[in-house]
Amino acid sequence: MAESSEIEKLTSREYEYGFVTAIEEERIPKGLCEETVRLISAKKSEPAWLLDWRLKAFRRFLELLAQESEPTWAQVKYPRIDYQDMYYYAAPKQNAKLESLDEVDPELLKTYDRLGIPLLEQKRLAGVAVDAVFDSVSVATTYKAELEKHGIVFGSFSQAVLEHPELVRQYLGSVVPYSDNFFAALNSAVFSDGSFAYIPKGVRCPMELSTYFRINAQETGQFERTLIVADEGASVSYLEGCTAPRRDENQLHAAVVELVALDDASIKYSTVQNWYPGDKEGRGGIFNFVTKRGACRGRRSKISWTQVETGSAITWKYPSCILQGDDSVGEFYSVAVTNHRQQADTGTKMIHIGKNTRSTIVSKGIAAGHGQQAYRGLVRIGPKAHGARNHSQCDSLLLGDQCAAHTFPYLEVKNASATVEHEATTSRIGEDQLFYCRQRGLSEEDAVSMIVNGFCKEVLRELPMEFAVEAQKLLGLSLEGSVG
Amino acid sequence: MKEAILEIEGLEAEAGGKHILRGIDLVLRAGEVHALMGPNGSGKSTLAGALAGRPGIAITAGKVHYRGEDLLALEPEERARRGVFLAFQYPVEIPGVSNNYFLKSALNAVRAHRGEEPLDAMEFLSVVREKAALVEVPKDLLARSVNEGFSGGEKKRNEVLQMLLLEPTLAVLDETDSGLDIDALRIVANGVNALRGEQRAMLVITHYQRLLDYIVPDQVHVLTEGRIVKSGGKELALELEERGYSWLEQEPPRSEASAR
Repeated sequence: MAESSEIEKLTSREYEYGFVTAIEEERIPKGLCEETVRLISAKKSEPAWLLDWRLKAFRRFLELLAQESEPTWAQVKYPRIDYQDMYYYAAPKQNAKLESLDEVDPELLKTYDRLGIPLLEQKRLAGVAVDAVFDSVSVATTYKAELEKHGIVFGSFSQAVLEHPELVRQYLGSVVPYSDNFFAALNSAVFSDGSFAYIPKGVRCPMELSTYFRINAQETGQFERTLIVADEGASVSYLEGCTAPRRDENQLHAAVVELVALDDASIKYSTVQNWYPGDKEGRGGIFNFVTKRGACRGRRSKISWTQVETGSAITWKYPSCILQGDDSVGEFYSVAVTNHRQQADTGTKMIHIGKNTRSTIVSKGIAAGHGQQAYRGLVRIGPKAHGARNHSQCDSLLLGDQCAAHTFPYLEVKNASATVEHEATTSRIGEDQLFYCRQRGLSEEDAVSMIVNGFCKEVLRELPMEFAVEAQKLLGLSLEGSVG
Repeated sequence: MKEAILEIEGLEAEAGGKHILRGIDLVLRAGEVHALMGPNGSGKSTLAGALAGRPGIAITAGKVHYRGEDLLALEPEERARRGVFLAFQYPVEIPGVSNNYFLKSALNAVRAHRGEEPLDAMEFLSVVREKAALVEVPKDLLARSVNEGFSGGEKKRNEVLQMLLLEPTLAVLDETDSGLDIDALRIVANGVNALRGEQRAMLVITHYQRLLDYIVPDQVHVLTEGRIVKSGGKELALELEERGYSWLEQEPPRSEASAR
């Protein structure tokens, strides 16, 4: 029938961003040893304190590796990763010092154009400053000068280390210590670049800050580090996007993100994650093992995470908030989609320490095909967190009968004055819903996309306007061919 | 003679493993409104579902032509785009999708099939407001999620609103009157009558004669045990109201006499 061949065509459609950029890249030898760490540090002319920190992290990683402490508690299955069988640094060859964006390799500019992220001045996105990270390095940052007028520091992590060492040194590892977990230790040892943002006291950042991560090189891991600090009374909205070429082998992406909000500061952090998810049979795809954590250090500070996770073969991430300052607020809004053979174990931790701290968790999981999906969330109310409040809502939507969704809520309440609420639902896209839409003239694909977007609405409306539209389209694309 | 909009010949269908429709013959011509009555479980909703392409209904025999085209060969959305509309007995809730958005998407899907330009948000709003006023659907109902938390009467009025927007050639109303009080019934009937016209045919499924006081049918058919056992003018409905259905079971089923 016409309809089913249509679905077949859509399913077999290629991942839109699966192309490879032909560019000469410089790589350091394969494998991981102390020399690898020293080489990465030397490439970036890092100060001694940072190399020391990396080496401590590397030793910790070796200990964890020897103890076979790679986490196994997550509801995901994958073959053992050989940490000696990948490259830890790959960077496009270019002039050492770029005077302006016009000097960026045209191949790179073309790549970002194709990804919908134009970097050149006359074409760049209005109202969004972009830091473009390509494999192990940041290749360009837009609107830098404009932001500097407001005292805002935004750009590559490596550059921040050289230009603002005191800021980096003060906050690096203060939220996610190098010893935090297996992948955080690995990242701390070999991280190659990422984004850094500092918003000074009382400044509301006048535009969206954004980092676009692109993996290009084969057999290469991407280990980036993002650090965002909002000083007293500052506010910022930050967005990250990610894509990778279509390949048959898996690639590791182990990032660390640290956020710090001081008194009355607020940080809104949004992610639209679209790493290559692997093919229908589960060949290839990115292993996305990420540690993201924000510290609400100041009173009345606020950190809000919004994530739309549609890509990656495996997602393992729990953007969390440490609500230390009294009256601070943590939020987590998440949509995770697993289609075909994708697996996701994602959620959050809300650690209430200060008085009258509040947190909200809204998690929407969508599983289709053979997709596996787990929500894992911890709400901990410390003994001093008088009047703390949490509301959690976890909903799962299943398409078809080969997929699965699980919910693992953990509640630890050590203060009797706290209020903690947890709601969870699981539903299946009803045949009656689909038929109702189709009887009104909508195609099956459009109907699924509409029902799914409705299901995710509470999360999508948290995204910055421009990206909400992208995210909606992405949700529709990720689920194409999942019914019928 | 007027164009035949719908021609059903010897239609048999199963649902849930049961043989429900046992040979239906029915012709609706342009401009006609037919009422289909019958006791619970006689197959009225199965017939409506079969015409719209509801999953889970297996056609085991017979033919259905819609304006000369084989209706059963079409997917549900293809039937809808060609002008076949079913007002659901139990309208479905779609959380998080605004009624306005849903209606606009449906209207534009149908318009695209007709080769018409899609309506933009402003054009759509002016059209939907005009139609909504006819069936007294308030603005806030348009902004809310599709059917979510709607009362029974609101759901039914929303169905009629969709019908008014999509302007179908064949409208099947599946017990749109059930559960409505007399005021709501009048509103729904007004909506249906507004659409009545020379190019359209309507099949109104109902349990109760009272709807037919407002929507006056050209013909009335009685369905029992999957067969049309009697057809007549609007006075047949009054007779059914008085005598019930049991007396009809004595008479020979019409479909056997004519189709076999």
